Amino acid sequence: MNKKQKRQLLQTMAHLLALLPLALLIWDNSQTQLGADPTNAIILRTGKTALILLMFTLACSPVNTLFRWGWAMALRKMLGLYVILYVILHLLTFAWLDYLFDWEFIWEAVLDQRFVLVGFTAFLLLIPLAVTSNRYSMRKLGKRWRQLHRLIYLIGILSVIHFMWLVKNVYTEPIIFAVILGILLLLRIPSVKRRIAKWRKGHRFSG
Amino acid sequence: MLIKKQTGIEIPSSQLTPQSLYLSRRTFMKAATAVTVAALLASCAPNEAETAVPAIVGTVEGEGETAVIPSPSTQTDELGNAINSFEEIANYNNYYEFTTEKEDVAELAAGYPLSPWQIEVSGMVKNPGVYDIDKIRQDFDQEERVYRLRCVETWAMVIPWMGFPLAKLLNKVEPTGKAAYVRFETIHDPDNMPGQKSAWFEWPYIEGLRLDEAMNDLTLLATGLYGQELLPQNGGPVRLVVPWKYGFKSIKSIVKIELTDKIPTSLWMASAPNEYGFYANVNPNVDHPRWSQGAERVIGKNGRQHTTLYNGYAEQVAHLYDGMDLAANF
Repeated sequence: MNKKQKRQLLQTMAHLLALLPLALLIWDNSQTQLGADPTNAIILRTGKTALILLMFTLACSPVNTLFRWGWAMALRKMLGLYVILYVILHLLTFAWLDYLFDWEFIWEAVLDQRFVLVGFTAFLLLIPLAVTSNRYSMRKLGKRWRQLHRLIYLIGILSVIHFMWLVKNVYTEPIIFAVILGILLLLRIPSVKRRIAKWRKGHRFSG
Repeated sequence: MLIKKQTGIEIPSSQLTPQSLYLSRRTFMKAATAVTVAALLASCAPNEAETAVPAIVGTVEGEGETAVIPSPSTQTDELGNAINSFEEIANYNNYYEFTTEKEDVAELAAGYPLSPWQIEVSGMVKNPGVYDIDKIRQDFDQEERVYRLRCVETWAMVIPWMGFPLAKLLNKVEPTGKAAYVRFETIHDPDNMPGQKSAWFEWPYIEGLRLDEAMNDLTLLATGLYGQELLPQNGGPVRLVVPWKYGFKSIKSIVKIELTDKIPTSLWMASAPNEYGFYANVNPNVDHPRWSQGAERVIGKNGRQHTTLYNGYAEQVAHLYDGMDLAANF
């Protein structure tokens, strides 16, 4: 298998993996396995999948710099787009199944509930990133493209806060996401990056 | 023994949909089959006493086997809201003693021993004592009460409970003049209730009512639902049901009832005092600090409906809070 084939295989696997939660959701729904409150189950599952995929997206760059696994960078855009796919499904379920497009209720739900407000803000911030996730935009925006796409750090923080604020006092899961996010952001700090690079070098020479 | 009683909530008989019309034809055919099966089973059943409930029967969908569920005597609450299915009520449970996953409680709670079971009634009462659940079932006539349940998480159900007013028990034990509050405690059994090993809460579960709230006719000690004894996941063998308060006030699997002059601190008050107060009355105008309480979704339906003050029981309970600041006393 040459390099190109390897990369294609990897991409295919990533597609399948990212689509698996959706396939499972559709399957469970068809088998009425979503329980007494399917609406809530769909909202929770699409939301959690989006959050997990967001963590994977944020992991691509550190994986590349730390381990020199260039293939990770090739998956970043795809993973990011899957994040917004699941976020759209998450929002659609909220607006449609939960609120039946009753805008009076939805308006109140968004404005009166801070966890919805931060979640919705994260979604709005995702839109420009999705729209500019192509080579044309990268060329056109140049330096500003990188600056714009740093919004993903803020989106990550808002998403974890969104989760943290909606749970009923058992914070185990949101804390796990917060710790992972914290590590992924920490690994982007230049001094931390330098230190790890130095440490790696030292090991390579001694090894 | 099952005694049907009016509960202060009058339902004109004209509003009740006859069972045969209510069931769709398909369900009706299924029910007919199930009745036949039920009749066969009942003829083999050793315990005749259990079949005192009218045997209108439904089937549980989505399971390989046909379960026989005794039906309640009515299909709606007094406002015409359809009751939830037995399957929904028995499989969607907020019972943190087992797990925080509502869909998993039923499985984890299956087989939890509900007998023998005793309730200790103590504190400021003339007749303290330990009451056996079987004795309680004998001493107090069980009535059916169809109540709306509104969870603080904004979902809702309509449930046909069986039980008796807490006032009857309190009258028997005779609170002294000093008693002002009733404090309830759930069984503490971390070996069999895995959720009680969670460090996020201080176990056991505690709840409390003001004595006049406890004496209100709506306040029920429930021992059953859908015409049968309470299952473990629904808080069996005996739980509180306070329909005008958020669901968490309706403490499950009670082992202690104490009359006191001090305001009890509930598990939720201890866990997050800024979010959960002592009263926890259903109130669309007083939001949870992190989410709105203005709308609710009834399990089994899509879309939301407006939440009503005291969950629609204002006529029976609003006088308890005359002159009180409901936002301060949340």
